[in-house]
Formats: sequence, C-alpha cells, structure tokens
Amino acid sequence: MQLDILTIAYIIGSVTFILGLKMLSNPLAARKGNLIAAGGMTIAIFATIFLYQTEDGQGLHNYAWIFSGLIIGSIIGTLAAKKVKMTAMPEMVSMFNGMGGACAALISAVEFDHVYREFRLDSNSFAAVVPFGHYFTISAGAIIGGVSFAGSMIAWGKLNGRVKDFTFNGQHIVNLLVFGFIVVVAGLTYWSNTSVTNIWFLITILTALVYGVMFVLPIGGADMPVVISLLNSFTGVAAACGGFLYNNKVMLTGGILVGAAGTLLTILMCKAMNRSLMNVLVGSFGTKHTASGGPAKQAGNHKEITVTDAAMLMSYAKKVFIVPGYGLAVAQAQHTCHELEKLLEEKGVEVKYAIHPVAGRMPGHMNVLLAEADVSYDKLLEMENANDEFKSTDVVLILGANDVVNPAAKNDPSSPIYGMPILEVEQAKTVIVNKRSMKPGYAGIENDLFYQPKTSMLFGDAKAALQKLIAEIKNV
Amino acid sequence: MENILKLVTENQQMIYIVILMVFLGIEVIGRVPSVLHTPLMSGANAIHGVVIIGAIIVMGKASTDNYLALVLGFLAVVLGTLNVVGGFVVTDRMLEMFKKKK
Repeated sequence: MQLDILTIAYIIGSVTFILGLKMLSNPLAARKGNLIAAGGMTIAIFATIFLYQTEDGQGLHNYAWIFSGLIIGSIIGTLAAKKVKMTAMPEMVSMFNGMGGACAALISAVEFDHVYREFRLDSNSFAAVVPFGHYFTISAGAIIGGVSFAGSMIAWGKLNGRVKDFTFNGQHIVNLLVFGFIVVVAGLTYWSNTSVTNIWFLITILTALVYGVMFVLPIGGADMPVVISLLNSFTGVAAACGGFLYNNKVMLTGGILVGAAGTLLTILMCKAMNRSLMNVLVGSFGTKHTASGGPAKQAGNHKEITVTDAAMLMSYAKKVFIVPGYGLAVAQAQHTCHELEKLLEEKGVEVKYAIHPVAGRMPGHMNVLLAEADVSYDKLLEMENANDEFKSTDVVLILGANDVVNPAAKNDPSSPIYGMPILEVEQAKTVIVNKRSMKPGYAGIENDLFYQPKTSMLFGDAKAALQKLIAEIKNV
Repeated sequence: MENILKLVTENQQMIYIVILMVFLGIEVIGRVPSVLHTPLMSGANAIHGVVIIGAIIVMGKASTDNYLALVLGFLAVVLGTLNVVGGFVVTDRMLEMFKKKK
C-alpha cells in the first residue's frame, strides 16, 4: 500500500517533468509548466521521505537531518535565486547546476562507502561482493557529477570574471591523458582488490574534479553558455545514475530527460554559431586566430558621431532597430533602453529589437533582459525576421554587440567565425554602434562593420550613452 | 561478457526507459523557440535536481553512528535542495517577466 502510493507519486513526478519541459517551449504556458514540474518534484520528494522503504521493508530515518538539510537548502536557494540580477542569470544557473553535480557525486561517495564496508567485512574479492553493474553506476555518478561540479564552478567564475582563460600547448592531450587516468583508476578500484580500494575511489573523484577544471579552463568566456548547457546534461546523466542505483524511475526519467534535452540544446546553440561542438570544446577561438584573417586592412578609419547627431538621426527616422548585446547587459541599461524606445515611439518612430540567438552570454539572454524592462514581446524579432526588415530600416543602433553583427562571418572565409549567421545590419541606411572602445569583441576578432562608411561610433558605457541620447532626443 | 549481457536483461525496464526518455527529451525540446532557451535551460537544470531524492534515500538509510555517511548525505541533501529550489525559483523569475507584458 505504502509502496504503491510511492509508485504513483513517482509516476506523477515523471509526468509533470515531461509536461513541464513541454510547456516551457511555449511562451504563454512556460510559467505554468515550470510550476507544474516544481509541484511534481515536491510530491516526489515528500513521498520519498515518508513512504520510501529499503529492501528489508524499513522506512527512512534521520528525519532531523533530512529536514534541516531541506530547510537550509531552500532558504539559501530561494534567497540566491531572488536576489540575483538578471545579468548574472547564466552564472546562477551554472552554480545551481554545479550543486546538482556535487549532490550526485556525494551520493555515489556514500554508496561506495557502503559497499566498501561490506567488502571489508567479507574480505572476499571486491568484485565478488559488488556486482559490476552496481559499481559502474556508482563510479559513473561520481565521475560525471564531479566533472559537472568542478566544470560548473569554473564556468561560474569565468562568467563573473573571477577566473581567466588559461591555455597552454598540448592542453587537449593533457586533458585526454587525465581522462584516461580516471578510467584506469576507476577500473583499478574495482579489480585491483586491495584493502585500500577506498583510496583508489577517492583518487577517482579527485581526478574527476581536476578534469572538470581543465575541461572548462581553456574554453573562451563567450562559449560558456554552450559549456553550461553541456554540463547541465552531464548532471542529468549523473542523476540518472542515481536512478539506476536505487532502481528509482523518477530519478531515471528526470535525469535522462534533461540529459537528452540538454545535449540537444547544446547542439542547437553550437548550430546557431555555425560551429561544431568539437570546435567549441577544443576551442581555437580568440587564441590562434586573432592575428590571422587580415584584420588590419581597414583599421583606423572609423568615424565617431556626437550624441546630438545621433539623437537627430533617430528622431527623424521612420524605423529604428536596436541590436542589444552583452554590453547592454553589463551596463544594466535595459530599462534606459526601454525608455528610449518609448520616447521614440511617442515621436512616431517605429522601434524594434533584433535578437541574435547567441547575443549576450546565453541564448535568450537578451529576451530575458528586455522582458525585465517590460519591452513588449512582439517587438523582439528573431534573426531571420529582423534580417528581412533591415533593408527598410533607417537607423540601426547597436548596443554592445559585436561578433553577432560582424560581416566577416559572411565574407571572410579565413575568419574564425566564418559561416556563423549574423544580423545583416549593413543593409540598413545608417548604423550607430555604441561600444566602450574599439577593442574587439569576445571572439577576439576585428569587425569590419565599424569601418564602413555608413557606420558611426558612439563611444561610452551603454547606460550613460542612452541617458544622454534620451536627454538630447527630448530636446529635438 | 556473459555478465554484461545478463546486466542488459536484468535492467531491461530501465534501459527501455532510458531509450524512450532520450527520444522524448529531444522531441520535447526540438520545438522550443530560441527566446525561451535560457528559461528552458534553467528549468531543465531544476528538473535534474531530482537527484535530491537519491540524497534523501542516502541520508535516511545512513545508520546513526556512521558519521561519514551522515555528513556526506546531509551535504548532498543541502546541495540537492539548492539545485531544485534555486532552479525553479530562478526559472519562475525569468518567466514572470515574460508574462507581464503582452
């Protein structure tokens, strides 16, 4: 009876996860989908606490520990999630993902401790006491969870600038060797049959952590969303290992669902940048290519525009497109941007936003940011639609975006971003680029757009520049 | 070899679930517009927080004198809860902003 209710709770949980993910794909149902999944999760958690029985029919105990853990986690989690700024969202997701990975690794560690004790009691061979399948899931959960945890922490540090890119020659070979080492040690743990098997296991976990760090370190900050998405699916798989361990279908369903979906999402993100996952992970970006690809040919000929002129241009335009990028996020200028949009609309100018799929630090980053500032959903155009409209656009205002508007992606086969779909802003009549300086963007490549005759530069922090623009437009 | 083949038969239910979920996961996400990628990633992140159930089982099974298991299990429960609660709250916050206007 008790177990039947638990099973039903788990079925409900699994269904809500699937439904939740599905509803998350529709803007109108997304919020409900998230709540439904959260509801299913709550049911599954409490059903586990009160109804779970071990093989010998024992219920769970240590309720004080369980509940204090739940309460502490909930309080910290809620506070962190409520307080985080919209710009720091990708970091937050990475952080929470790392926590999940660590949780999976810890579960494996405790389970290993459990089988290790049995083995010491029996003092038979380890392989005889522990079935291979059981050991395999324990160690896979530990390794994948560990890599996911360490990798997510590095990704978190990179996004908030605490960790710098770090590369050295032959790094990928070293990484491969480290990975091979993990597999060997994990194998030795099972088959070496010494009394120090637990030390071997500890080395497995520690090396997995090292591997996680080394795996993410060389990858450029601009590629972090892809990495976070990949690590997200890793954690999913690690959770599924737990499902195998306890023959727990809801963990298996949730974990694999996220593992599969996360992998696809990762591939979709790479596709948006027209790169393969391999290319991202081996990461040639911004290191080797900076010097090649003829960046200097037009350098030095950019022209600046004064705020007054820019204000003039925009107030008398018929149609203005705003192209937001990471610069907007950094400057927290989304509200000011919305203000500018409203002001221009009052003057009869049509204002729209062109959103590149990988603008910012995460796909959809710009949408979230602009939604925070109450920008209407139907003003945000996806790349294809925006590209159709640039021809009839008078002014394109680029706010801290760079690589996503770089024409080299179309014209220069030697460019590292060649082939990435871009926003074809150069089809508009005038282009105003707001940037802090002439420094290249995250990919580390020069942008010819800035040197074209129809382009003018408006230097400065996005928020400050927008505020000045607004003041000037009010005067026009 | 025989052992590994036996593993497949013994775990066939689980293996079927894995295969079906892989296809389902791909199918469900395949139609997501890019605008929703961030909330989706965040929502998926919260869902793999289901690993908390494993942490609860570990914690609830640990014998009261096994301090290593108690401490590690407790940490696992805290971290897992962070993942679940934080994940869902962050996702809700993002989506809330999508809904306000229309």
